[in-house]
Amino acid sequence: MQGLTTHKLGCIRGERAVFAGLDLALNPGRAMLLSGPNGSGKSSLLRVLAGLLPAAAGRIEWEGTGITQDRDGHRARVAYIGHADPLKPALTAAENLSFWARLYGFEPDVEPALFQFSIETLADVPVRYLSAGQRRRVTLARLALGQNSQAGPALWLLDEPATGLDPGAVSMLANTILAHLSNEGVAIISTHGGRLDELLDAHADRFDMRELEA
Amino acid sequence: MIGLAILIRRDLRLAFRGGTDAMMGVIFFVLAAILFPFGVGPDAAILPRIGGGIIWVVALLAALLSLERMFASDHEDGSLDLLYLSPVSLGQLALAKAIAHWLTTGVLLLIAAPVLALLYNLPQSAFVPLVATMLLGTPTLSLVGAIGAALILGARRGGVLLALLLLPLYIPVLIFGAGAIDGAIAGRDIAPQLMILGGFLLAALALAPWATAAALRQAIE
Repeated sequence: MQGLTTHKLGCIRGERAVFAGLDLALNPGRAMLLSGPNGSGKSSLLRVLAGLLPAAAGRIEWEGTGITQDRDGHRARVAYIGHADPLKPALTAAENLSFWARLYGFEPDVEPALFQFSIETLADVPVRYLSAGQRRRVTLARLALGQNSQAGPALWLLDEPATGLDPGAVSMLANTILAHLSNEGVAIISTHGGRLDELLDAHADRFDMRELEA
Repeated sequence: MIGLAILIRRDLRLAFRGGTDAMMGVIFFVLAAILFPFGVGPDAAILPRIGGGIIWVVALLAALLSLERMFASDHEDGSLDLLYLSPVSLGQLALAKAIAHWLTTGVLLLIAAPVLALLYNLPQSAFVPLVATMLLGTPTLSLVGAIGAALILGARRGGVLLALLLLPLYIPVLIFGAGAIDGAIAGRDIAPQLMILGGFLLAALALAPWATAAALRQAIE
């Protein structure tokens, strides 16, 4: 059974075509590593796939059904990690996570998710006092929250998730993604190469945005 | 409904952690209202006559102060994307934000208003109408304000733009709010004004979250 497919997908930002005619197919249990220079449309593609941006042309299908036919269903299956860390500086790491967990209807116990990224000791520290890498870990721990819940998101869209992470944290992220894939999940990850690519290599297809322009 | 409660709780918690930021609106409200008697002079005949109007004008401005940040921080740190992807609809988000804004601003104005009424030497008969109009009027300010707060996302100098967008929309509330207080001082029946303010509130409750959601959708794209 096909997981995610796109047909002739196109995206327009500010009257400029970012990409067009994009055909992707991803089976459950596989990841896709998106590469390409800055401005080649990786982030836009991830936002279109998440449903945050409308597609200017083409279709996106999940298991054969267009995502525009079931918007609520699609939102429920997407886990999106963008460039920014959606954390409130005044709240502690645990408070930030448990807010998202409760809003999304995930398991409200955030301890295992913090543990998965080795930040359990930071649980009660306000995010204001965390370093950029630590904040990134808290953001990524959100993936673990969904993973530890029943019916967590099946489609992970990660926009350069390893930015600012030390090698140890990149391994934790890779393990989290691999666990997701072994669970018949799908992940699309934009990347500029590096350790995460190597760790996921055996389970990932690659797509270079430059192939579209040719 | 649970989503609504989660969102309101988070905003209230953020407001309390923010400390003095949350008090800014009400401090401005009191300080600005205190300035007027210095300008017009301590004439015991003039102050009660202009008091109701001034308290309402300053309340509008105070509500405006804290509106600019209603969605801005969620927009900047990417939270808005996640809120959109959550099971909670944008309309519910707009309603939750407006309720949280009212609880952190409108309620404080409501509490401070009688103190200012005392300062302006308003007659006793005007106290209950003042609080009643504030009770009906300030939630309308928060609900309509949410539309403006969502529209200015991504704009430079958003605060000025917000005032330009919202102050004209606030005029009806001002007219009937201040009108009811004047009516009460003159001994007239103020039920019509209160009913109109209630009507504004119901209309805002039904329409504003919907309009705010459309503006938020634009900001996410």
